[in-house]
Amino acid sequence: MSILIDEKTKLLVQGVTGRDGSFHTKKMLEYGTKVVAGVTPGKGGQQVEGVPVFNSVKEAKTKTGANTAVIYVPAKFAKDAMLEDIAEGIDLIICITEGVPVLDMIEVKKALDKSQTRLIGPNCPGVISPGKSKVGIMPGHIHILGPIGVVSRSGTLTYEVVYNLTMQGIGQSSCVGLGGDPIIGTRFIEVLELLEKDPQTKGIVMVGEIGGEDEQRAAEFIKKNVEKPVVGFIAGKTAPKGKRMGHAGAIISSGDNTAEAKIKCLRAAGVEVVDFPDQIPALFKAKLKI
Amino acid sequence: MNIHEYQASGLFRAAGIPVSSGDVAVTSDEAKKIAGRLGFPVVLKAQVLTGGRGKAGGIKVVKDELELVKQFTAIKNLTIKGYAVERIFVVKVLDIRKEFYLAITVDAVKGDAVVIASSAGGVDIEETAKTEPEQIHKFYLERKTQVDMKCWAEFRKGIFKDEKMGKQVDPVLQAMVKLFFEKDCSLVEINPLVIDGQGKLIAADAKVNFDDNALFRHPDIQELRDMKYEDTDELEAKENGLSFVKLDGKVGCIVNGAGLAMATLDVIKLLGGEPANFLDVGGSSNPEKVLNALKIILRNKKTKSILINIFGGITRCDDIANGLIEARKQLKFDIPLVVRLTGTNEKEAKEILAKAGISTFPTMREGVQQAVKLAK
Repeated sequence: MSILIDEKTKLLVQGVTGRDGSFHTKKMLEYGTKVVAGVTPGKGGQQVEGVPVFNSVKEAKTKTGANTAVIYVPAKFAKDAMLEDIAEGIDLIICITEGVPVLDMIEVKKALDKSQTRLIGPNCPGVISPGKSKVGIMPGHIHILGPIGVVSRSGTLTYEVVYNLTMQGIGQSSCVGLGGDPIIGTRFIEVLELLEKDPQTKGIVMVGEIGGEDEQRAAEFIKKNVEKPVVGFIAGKTAPKGKRMGHAGAIISSGDNTAEAKIKCLRAAGVEVVDFPDQIPALFKAKLKI
Repeated sequence: MNIHEYQASGLFRAAGIPVSSGDVAVTSDEAKKIAGRLGFPVVLKAQVLTGGRGKAGGIKVVKDELELVKQFTAIKNLTIKGYAVERIFVVKVLDIRKEFYLAITVDAVKGDAVVIASSAGGVDIEETAKTEPEQIHKFYLERKTQVDMKCWAEFRKGIFKDEKMGKQVDPVLQAMVKLFFEKDCSLVEINPLVIDGQGKLIAADAKVNFDDNALFRHPDIQELRDMKYEDTDELEAKENGLSFVKLDGKVGCIVNGAGLAMATLDVIKLLGGEPANFLDVGGSSNPEKVLNALKIILRNKKTKSILINIFGGITRCDDIANGLIEARKQLKFDIPLVVRLTGTNEKEAKEILAKAGISTFPTMREGVQQAVKLAK
């Protein structure tokens, strides 16, 4: 087992004809992901890496049975790409695009609420279930199949964590990059819940960073609902304090969103928080006797 | 992106929100003319893009020309949280009877726009939010771009107790919400929103922040950016798609991704070094970005070593390697480079670097250790 994506994932790529879209389509195909369609309006009928390109998600879904979409389109078109997927009843959207305006995301959230579609991202590296399917931009070769689920707000820092696990021979069940934007489709708690239920997953790594209060919420959730061992890493302990304007932000999150505050909450919930990503594998070796 | 109070006040006026009359001055002569037009007493307000200016002495009431010149000079000489005061907003003094707080922003976790209102407006609003949270009221727009006025009328009774006053707030809120959505704001805030001696509602301050990601559709707002105000290195970085913050240490770094960049700073510190900067080259690689990143970093003379920490995903290691080679040719520098590259197109990158005689470190810890050592 794994979560979100596996051998049954049939992927359509939005923005397939662009520089990043075509490059990563190739990489995903090489990994073994079933990429069944590409979508670029006005470029229907072409092929990218042998994958047929369609003008719309509707056409692509009807002709290929795609159930998952990955988005590589520029930020100004990302909202429409997501709304199109939601309207067509795609099960899972993974939006890689960075720089999507916040108010666009409110519209997307509104559409998601009325649908069965799940969104990961935007501004995320994607999801990989090693050995089965890779949807996104992460380097496939650093992953191996195994018992650890990884969930993270970061992109490249997730790779760093995975790389350290793999170097020590510890594989992963699924790795999920949630994305670094304020409004994202899926947050820590939802993925922690999926990983807790997944029989392949025996342990969980949670990678957080300064800002927001998601790690604190996740800590509360872990305390009540997660039995599997969780190891945490929080980036930004030495980050300079951001310049801040107005009071509304502080009023909305009257809590403390520093790395120290997050680490304290996680430790209180029984999460082992490390200073260096390379300390994670040894902890799992001891906890899971692997 | 942030703008000054006088600019925000202009947007408020155009949106139909009542603001105190006034204008911005660079010299005391200009201030005298504005005051002459408004009539004394007037308030002098330092225009800096940071909070806490009142407490720093940046807001003064003056009752005649003599006092104006004296206080104008005093405020002009202030440095508030590291920012010099260049402009002063001269406004008519208000006869304040009561102060409210009214703002609209985004609640990211809820994925919704939210109106925040309080009858305890003023400089201590954040403290109030902590000590008396029941004084802070939140009204969610339920992902609509307009206020449901029926619900709002019910909601506002708890804050603006007098119905006549409440009715004056309605169009102000509607104008704020319209501005918020039309201009892709991340914040529209009035603190304080005051009731004056005649029972009239006036915005005594104006704060508007914009979503950087949405500036592409608002060229008029981009023009409001105070160029002199931005750190030139940070601005240049932004224009080149980089995210840069100058720090005090000696270890320069170029990293891809904000999370890994922050973690790299943490590890530099944990291993006994001090980072000279935060620099995220972002996603989607382009050899040019590395060249621009190095240009900015090399300007900081404190930098003694430069760590390149790249974990390729959408960023391709070979693009970074080509950028490094090109930068070494063009920029000619003696500061040692420590390179750690892993991920997408790692093999190609290592071949490119090996040909140029640059060796790489396999792990972040080893790379950081070496960079810290070389900076000592």
